[in-house]
Amino acid sequence: MTTTATPQRARRRRSRLRMRNTLLGWSFILPNFLGFATLTLVPVIVLFYMSLTNWNIFGSSQFVGFDNFVRLVNDGSFRTSFVNTLYYSVMHIPLTIVVSLGLALLLNNKLRGVAFFRTAAFFPYITSIVAIALVWNLLFSPDYGPINEMLRFIGISNPPGWLTSANWSMPAVVIISTWRDMGYYMVLFLAALQTVPRELHEAARMDGANVFERFWNVTLPSLRPTMFFVTVMLTINSFKIFDLILVLTNGGPGQSTMVISQFIYRKGFEENNFGYASAASVVLFLLCIIVTIVQFLWNQRKSAR
Amino acid sequence: MSETMALVTPEPKRARLSVESGSRPRPAGSGSRAVGRTVLYVVLIVAAAAMLTPFFWMVMSSLKDANSVFSVPVRWIPEIFVWENYVEIWTRSDILTWIRNTLILSVTVTALQVLTGSFAAYGFSRITFPGRNALFLLYVATIAVPWQSYMIPQFILLSNAGVANTLWSIILLQAFGAFGVFLMKQFYETVPEDLSEAARLDGLTEYGIWWRIMLPLSVPAIASLSLLTFVNTWNDYLGPLIYLRDPSLWTMQLGLKNFVSSLYDTDYGVLFAGLVISVVPIAVIFLLGQRFFVEGIATSGMKG
Repeated sequence: MTTTATPQRARRRRSRLRMRNTLLGWSFILPNFLGFATLTLVPVIVLFYMSLTNWNIFGSSQFVGFDNFVRLVNDGSFRTSFVNTLYYSVMHIPLTIVVSLGLALLLNNKLRGVAFFRTAAFFPYITSIVAIALVWNLLFSPDYGPINEMLRFIGISNPPGWLTSANWSMPAVVIISTWRDMGYYMVLFLAALQTVPRELHEAARMDGANVFERFWNVTLPSLRPTMFFVTVMLTINSFKIFDLILVLTNGGPGQSTMVISQFIYRKGFEENNFGYASAASVVLFLLCIIVTIVQFLWNQRKSAR
Repeated sequence: MSETMALVTPEPKRARLSVESGSRPRPAGSGSRAVGRTVLYVVLIVAAAAMLTPFFWMVMSSLKDANSVFSVPVRWIPEIFVWENYVEIWTRSDILTWIRNTLILSVTVTALQVLTGSFAAYGFSRITFPGRNALFLLYVATIAVPWQSYMIPQFILLSNAGVANTLWSIILLQAFGAFGVFLMKQFYETVPEDLSEAARLDGLTEYGIWWRIMLPLSVPAIASLSLLTFVNTWNDYLGPLIYLRDPSLWTMQLGLKNFVSSLYDTDYGVLFAGLVISVVPIAVIFLLGQRFFVEGIATSGMKG
């Protein structure tokens, strides 16, 4: 009798414990989850529905199927902003990785003043976009700006018009955003560099590997988890680039720095074309998710090897 | 725990090493290393100059009169220091209102973020229940979702709820991010379970453990989260741009941006004075709590 009752009671007690834990766990998570669900999850779900309607300022909306997406594909300014976003990302991602990893390697040396330098490198990252954009706008000013004056001084007689030139505006944006972001990624790389086992370097040195071989065969492979994280964050941040451009150039001159986020903003908040803007938002959403998943799978395949 | 501490606080160890290498007599053949060292320093100094020049220029320009902000050749240090710019920004703009609004938002958002974030993080890291990991995955997944992609439905939702064009909109927007939960959970996982177990035996409830054990232990993580959230909210431009239409609700960033467009006589000296005023509090906070910024960022990036 006791042999059958005990497991039953134990099971009942276990299920009661599970019930208790579930309630307890949710009671901890709920305050945050309520805000998180209503302000993030619900909007994301509604977004997909909205992208299939012609929702506008008057609130009247009809289901239009994939009409918005068809319109997007044929919309010249959306195509421009899509290409510009990729153009920005292709320049910004590798440049930021190289610069921030370079700085991290530099600061990983035993040098005096390293702490000061780390502060200096990190400072742009915590400065507001508005201040950065306004200051750099004047620094890049074609006729009176210090940057072009310096370029003239070193013998470049016809320096670029930077933010006023359709060809140079995007490179200028990339320079500014790289300047802003590098301190952040440098901190991530620096933390990872501290974990590279010293013995590995010593062993490689014994085997006669030079600085570059050691970097390539010891440091870089040890950094792979961080490299993965940095690449994912950089990609997402590049795809969604907006506020810096909004204050710097407002998409101009012409449409030379118009990016997807700005397209969404214009269609949604300036033209009140919410359905159409949502379709563009879905494109941005999928772009970020797909790239993250691809990079995740790639990282997993590499770490399995 | 010791491992993570070594990860995020490399400073003391490195400082000690550099002292040692400095005091020890240099081994033979250090000539090429000295050259390498010099090159490193030159690179460091050039890079530091490149990083700090824009700030130097901003501060110096805030002390120039309207005409000499753009002078050819560029004058880095003003001939006459125009301190009046700092008086004029107060009289010519509503900077006091902007500062007040920005402070209200930053403080409220930070408090809510820390409170709800650390509370939820306890649930995620210390209590096992079905569906917990899936729920956490949902949180983490939203880090890959840019805000720009769902700002429109969110705006419609908050407009219908009647909070658009009030400070509440920004508070709601910023206070419940996944980042706080994520950061606090990372830290809680480094706290040994034995501590909570002992407290449980002493009759403390889970809420008691969170309040009396976990919160006091996680002061460094709370500092990191508070500073990052405060700075983030202070610097936010897009949220206020979309939600705060009424000039009496403008934040520092929104106000300064609009101040530029209202500058008919392009008196940039005054504008730069405003920018300096907006940057200085953040700079001070950063210099005081630099360690926590760096730790917070290193922690959040550690496990990816």
